[in-house]
Amino acid sequence: MPNRSIPEVSAGSMADIAFLLLIFFLVTTTIETDAGLDRMLPPDETQQPIVDIRQKNLFQVALNREGQLLVEEQPMDLAELRPAAIAFLDNGGDGSCAYCQGLQEASSSDNPNKAVITLKSDRETPYGAYIAVQNELTGAYNALRNREARARYGRAYTEIESEYLNPQTPPALKAILREQVAGIRELYPMKLTEAETARH
Amino acid sequence: MLKIPVSHSSRVPAVSTAALPDIVFMLLFFFMTVTTVKEQSLKIENTLPVATEIKKLERRDLVIDIHVGAPLSPYAETFGNEPQIQLNGKFARVSDVGPYILEKRASVPEHLRALITISLKVDQKARMGLVQDIKEVLREVHALKVNYTTYSAERPQSTP
Repeated sequence: MPNRSIPEVSAGSMADIAFLLLIFFLVTTTIETDAGLDRMLPPDETQQPIVDIRQKNLFQVALNREGQLLVEEQPMDLAELRPAAIAFLDNGGDGSCAYCQGLQEASSSDNPNKAVITLKSDRETPYGAYIAVQNELTGAYNALRNREARARYGRAYTEIESEYLNPQTPPALKAILREQVAGIRELYPMKLTEAETARH
Repeated sequence: MLKIPVSHSSRVPAVSTAALPDIVFMLLFFFMTVTTVKEQSLKIENTLPVATEIKKLERRDLVIDIHVGAPLSPYAETFGNEPQIQLNGKFARVSDVGPYILEKRASVPEHLRALITISLKVDQKARMGLVQDIKEVLREVHALKVNYTTYSAERPQSTP
């Protein structure tokens, strides 16, 4: 009678096979976590609504071909843009904004709901300068939204929003977060336009 | 008296490598889950600008990339040194962007089409004129959710 026991398969080369796979995946893949500044473009409508905004509710930011900044027709450094934008948005000039902590100057915006920031750039403006300005303006909105979110919900707006946008957040929690995010956005709506606006 | 048997062999026993495949597989699965497959090779310079107030792009399958930048040296002879648009690994003109977006959007299930984000990966040295032209085209095809993709300020020198 011959020996019927099956010989054991050697698993010694298993490590080599796994290494081969590992190296293949290391080479063909990248750790890609894309992130950036989210924007909504205005819809392409043939009939442009007539924009009628009072001069005091407009915060005009312009970038020339050199990437230099002109804010409210005054040259400005990039580092000063964020505080200037916060002061403009948070001004609360007509006293209708209960949560604003601004200086209530008559020459600046009436209410965060009415405050509009316009951004004009030249065709020759470097993209890097444009993004730097967009980043500062987003930072101004985020700073104000964070302040209100901390006062109302005890945590930063950016934190609430990123948890809301995370696909792993359970739906029940998402519904609560959506209300919080919408509430804060209503207090400081992002009215950032690149369109030509009528002046008064 | 009890004698402890002393082995006279001076050889060190071999370390068992039986657990090595398990360790390697663990590494393999780690890399398979945290990385994504490279979709295209870039033919253009693509050093993105740096920003701090950024949001992560979720749902890779609902993101359409548009790369802009100056052609790399092998292509500079044919395409010049001015920034060009690259779609899906090929050089393209502004007029090609609209059909490309519509084609990509058609392959997405209808209920998800509103969630599509256009990721603008523009080199920081490119000019706004080209970006504005792309944005005009995106408005025409109603692809209004855009993301100016940037590096985060914490790691400004990372590669794309």
